[in-house]
Amino acid sequence: MLPSASLTPPANPLLRWLGNTLYRKHHLFLFLLLTPPLLWFGVVYLGSLFALLWQSFYTFDSFSMSVSPDLTLENYRSLIDAANFDIILRTLSMAIAVTLACALIAFPIAYYMTRYGSSAEKGFFYIAVMLPMWASYIVKTYAWTVILSQQGILYWCINHLGLTAALNHILQIPVIGGNTLATSNLGRFMVFTYIWLPFMILPIQAALERVPANLLQASADLGAKPAQTFRHVLLPLVFPGVVAGSIFTFSLTLGDYIIPQLIGPSGLYIGTMVYTMQGSVGNMPLAAAFTVVPIVLIFIYLALAKRAGAFDAL
Amino acid sequence: MPYNIKQSGKGLRAKPSNENRAPVWLKTLAYGGLVFLHFPIVVIVINAFLAGDGDKAYFTLRWFHEAFAREDVMLAIALSLKVAAVATLLALVMGTMAAAALYRRNFFGKEAITTMLILPIALPGIITGIALLSAMNILDITPGFWTIIVSHATFCVVMIYNNVVARFRRMPHSLVEASMDLGADGFTTFRHIILPQLATALLAGALLAFALSFDELIVTIFTSGHEITLPIWLLNQLARPRDAAITNVVAMMVMLITALPIIAAYYLTRGTESIAGSSR
Repeated sequence: MLPSASLTPPANPLLRWLGNTLYRKHHLFLFLLLTPPLLWFGVVYLGSLFALLWQSFYTFDSFSMSVSPDLTLENYRSLIDAANFDIILRTLSMAIAVTLACALIAFPIAYYMTRYGSSAEKGFFYIAVMLPMWASYIVKTYAWTVILSQQGILYWCINHLGLTAALNHILQIPVIGGNTLATSNLGRFMVFTYIWLPFMILPIQAALERVPANLLQASADLGAKPAQTFRHVLLPLVFPGVVAGSIFTFSLTLGDYIIPQLIGPSGLYIGTMVYTMQGSVGNMPLAAAFTVVPIVLIFIYLALAKRAGAFDAL
Repeated sequence: MPYNIKQSGKGLRAKPSNENRAPVWLKTLAYGGLVFLHFPIVVIVINAFLAGDGDKAYFTLRWFHEAFAREDVMLAIALSLKVAAVATLLALVMGTMAAAALYRRNFFGKEAITTMLILPIALPGIITGIALLSAMNILDITPGFWTIIVSHATFCVVMIYNNVVARFRRMPHSLVEASMDLGADGFTTFRHIILPQLATALLAGALLAFALSFDELIVTIFTSGHEITLPIWLLNQLARPRDAAITNVVAMMVMLITALPIIAAYYLTRGTESIAGSSR
């Protein structure tokens, strides 16, 4: 018997006709395929985003604590009030600091695994980066609250190494310091850097993977020192990958509202501000106006990233 | 073009072997980075097995026993598993449809559609969450099980889409044409030609979507109402330091439940041009 005999077409001629019509009239087929996802995303998702945007023009009456649908630009104007603008600057500077730190830590890891790792070692690195990346966000944050607490392992190590005095000096530096590690900006910065680091490693690794080895050889043959090759050949080629990774670290830090609540000093972040305004205060219009800030910042960032060629590196 | 030498391929590792020794400082930095990435995870795992009385610590399985006896823990796990399963199923259907529609043909608005699919994970979760919540408020929908599903399915679609569209692009279309030429109709071709080639991509995408949904906290807080998923349970636990022993055990279990699908997805898609899970 021919093996194809098992591939009996559906007995129902109607089904057969339907299947063939869909194959021939691919416009109809395309339309049918796209309708459910488009309905879902167009109505549920974009609809919600527009509902949010629309509410940012509503009026919040701070005496009666109620929202009325009178359209106003007041919410956007209040974003540049000193207190609110501070929140934006505070979040933005943390996002930039975290992005830079992630790039600095990620590059050697990605470079080592691409350039020197044997194929087994590479696989090991790959899984070793991917597992923490996918491990539960709240579990990782929780682990850091345990590590950074004064009874925690970090303080224990610092005490036993006799570095307590050095730590106290660092904690006295105005902007990054605080009473303890867990309530300092330094602690918050460490947690953010930790949580988003894998998102930086993988795009850099992918970009490094695409650099042809003979370019580096050519550079060396032409007399460049390793540092020169790195600066003038490797870095320009890998930079789009770094920018691609920074999209994640930047955007994820901007929008976070759990870590700033759990670790670091009490000042609000964009995320925590949105959360309190929406939740305990009930000022949805101001919360909505605040969400526009990260959206605008991220779109500016994406435009800059596109210019740097980051989208080809994603 | 015969003179066009293909430069990619083995990438940076194609250098002569005598240069293939890493400087010690680089190796230290790389492995130090891995230690940094795993240190908090190791802390949680060790803590899950530790009990102390006074200043003596010893190994125990007692906390596992206590955690499994807790009804709130079991309810939260069950809810998260249910949510992840349903959301993955919905995402599987929509993500595959979108991938099948978008992988080959170019048409007006295609870029806009792919951007829209990526948007829920490109924008910070708080925006997706608060947007869905505000829409629910306007429509007078009470947040609950199904609103969690809706929110999770929204950001899971892109996981399936990314995996399936990559597989579609690698699949030569001539196979489909050959099948039709040999007399198979559309359904037979789908069943016997397309589906077997998509199978591992679908499975890998589904595993990732499941893991993503199972762990999700940022969006869920807004869309869950009074339901308590496992990540929300963990967040609530942070306010109960006396209960830390149980929290450690549950935290460890959460990591195990997500680690297994991630490793499975990695092996399923290894050797293909895009490896599942490399972008979240």
